[in-house]
Amino acid sequence: MAEAVFAVAAVLMLAGAIGVVASRNPVHAALFLVQTLVGVALLFILNDAHFLAAVQVVVYAGAIVILFLFVIMLLGVDKAEELRVEPIFGQRPLAAVIGAALAAVLGTVILTTADVLSGIRQSGGERALDGEATDIERMGRVLFGEFAFAVEITAALLTIAVVGAVVLTRRAARSDGAAPAGSGGG
Amino acid sequence: MDLSGLTTGWYLALAAALFIIGAVGLLVRRNPLVMFMCVELMLNAVNVTFVALGAGLNDVGGQVAVFFVLVVAATEVVIGLALVVAINRRRSGATADDVSMLKG
Repeated sequence: MAEAVFAVAAVLMLAGAIGVVASRNPVHAALFLVQTLVGVALLFILNDAHFLAAVQVVVYAGAIVILFLFVIMLLGVDKAEELRVEPIFGQRPLAAVIGAALAAVLGTVILTTADVLSGIRQSGGERALDGEATDIERMGRVLFGEFAFAVEITAALLTIAVVGAVVLTRRAARSDGAAPAGSGGG
Repeated sequence: MDLSGLTTGWYLALAAALFIIGAVGLLVRRNPLVMFMCVELMLNAVNVTFVALGAGLNDVGGQVAVFFVLVVAATEVVIGLALVVAINRRRSGATADDVSMLKG
């Protein structure tokens, strides 16, 4: 059963990822991204991370992709892009070489560490996953206990991001009161 | 959790494949919006790795790390898209190749 779910999630994820990279229209890429994110949420459920699966769908597939679509529509770049011409000479062969190198490195790491993993199943206490508590309960205890300071910094980070987005996209106020020329939404 | 035959290594391999697709897409595409989507692909690949290793090591720390990655990804998208909007307001249709115009 788990193998079947894994296979379905893997196909969803990889097909969506290839769709993101290969689709000419940014809107299609955003929709393929949703497909990939749903596949990742399936993998989270498979690993008993139910809270994260819900957050993945709500925050990623909901909020972040909607933000992408919103900006695509706002900028009017939802027209198909010509992918057949290569803008920089040698860009794609170089990208393929770098991808192959990454594949070699990551494959080596996975193959050499897969055996090491099975030997160290030692964590216990409130961080252990096989206890009575649900995953959201455990995450809450660890987040607001061990990582309480990091959560506070996260709050500051989110505030800075919101302020930064407003500052970056705000039009500078004209002192003479004239409407800015060439307005294109904002 | 009983996943006969489905070890952590499978999850790691799948995450690596997703990461590589995202990285190659980031290098190949020129539209800054699609490049951001490729960064999201790479972040999700790392999230899969975190959750799978957390399950493999019987530790909730992997899920906590994913929580923080989600927050950072959200802020990154907000700031990145704000930059894209700001740049496109000056030059519509700007691609990543036009970054060279930033110099003097």
